[in-house]
Amino acid sequence: MARFESLLDACGGTPLVGLPRLSPAATPGAPQVRLWAKLEDRNPTGSVKDRAALWMVRAAEEAGRLRPGDTILEPTSGNTGISLAMVAKLRGYRLVCVMPENVSAERVQLLRMYGAEIIFSPAAGGSNMAVSRAKQISAEHPDWVMLFQYGNEANARAHYETTGPELLRDLPTITHFVAGLGTTGTLMGTGRYLREKNPEIEIIAAEPRYGELVYGLRNIDEGYVPELYDATVLTRRFSVGTQDAVLRTRQLVETEGLFVGFSTGAVAHAALAVAHEALKAGRRADVAFLVADAGWKYLSTGAYGGTLSEAEEALEGQLWA
Amino acid sequence: MAIEVRIPTILRQYTGGAKVVEGTGDTIADLLTNLDASHSGLRARLITDEGALHRFVNVYINDEDVRFLGALDAKLNDGDTVTILPAVAGGALAFAAVEALADNLR
Repeated sequence: MARFESLLDACGGTPLVGLPRLSPAATPGAPQVRLWAKLEDRNPTGSVKDRAALWMVRAAEEAGRLRPGDTILEPTSGNTGISLAMVAKLRGYRLVCVMPENVSAERVQLLRMYGAEIIFSPAAGGSNMAVSRAKQISAEHPDWVMLFQYGNEANARAHYETTGPELLRDLPTITHFVAGLGTTGTLMGTGRYLREKNPEIEIIAAEPRYGELVYGLRNIDEGYVPELYDATVLTRRFSVGTQDAVLRTRQLVETEGLFVGFSTGAVAHAALAVAHEALKAGRRADVAFLVADAGWKYLSTGAYGGTLSEAEEALEGQLWA
Repeated sequence: MAIEVRIPTILRQYTGGAKVVEGTGDTIADLLTNLDASHSGLRARLITDEGALHRFVNVYINDEDVRFLGALDAKLNDGDTVTILPAVAGGALAFAAVEALADNLR
């Protein structure tokens, strides 16, 4: 059934596609290693964040925290804001996003198109100013509702209730699940579900490793670990640099025709690493990785063309995941 | 056994500004002890009084998080690259701002 009552009802149920050209070739008779991509760009606003946005809004409505006409305030680097803007529009809320000024122009245009208001925080380095700005906004508007995706259990629950079951239904032989680590909601929710059903399934995180410009911390105590994060759900965690993310992003479109955002390139890099390990060890593997969004919103970075080092340079100092 | 260690900007005060230093050791714990001999104070910024890795520090061996490889007991091999990074929310708003917003919610 591909008919839905409204756009919100069309959230989730995304395709899982095989990647026969990218999968490492096993010698005849050896156990097969297969790569699969879960296409979350096929959600209503084009990213995995539609699931979290819808679940967080529904949970707030059920808890009586959100009433028609209320204002939602959310710190977001883009996709969650776009998803929330669509959900807010359809359910009658106003959305104010606080976001860093170094995100791509497409994200800003999309947010404004959906009707969201944006307050920019300085790109990293000016975290002092961002802190005071954020505190100021909250203090000035105590009635605004913050869904706070980093600590909202409905974010992880969306994946526990939908992404996880969809994966196991479509690929009962799944051995590895690989996704990006941001709020950690996707990995926590999907990972918990899969490991409850089969504790042998490996849950692998790929986190983007940015240049120093983006970190801009003054000391170690300023670090941040999302409240949702529970390390026991993961089996491995990889840090992926910009160059590897760009390389894999290009490789996906060249070998499989899959046009993805750079965070997915980072995820594919980790997925390929575990796939090749399994091949070397002679183990069967069905490695499913999550495509968080497509590449459209990142075209203006220029990182889809030119040489790899030109692309890496184009992304320097940008939040690409 | 030479291990290349990448140091984040915020810890370069302990390495005389060096971005990359070299150390030796069979495990991460050994390596940090070895490094502290030539870069005094570095170890104390990475390891808590209880002897565990600091919550906001991530250490990677060839891009893989050591917390999933045995933490401080994670084994090292000649030629490995160790990267030390502050823990931040990937793809997030300036994390300090996120933390401030979270504080207001509590």
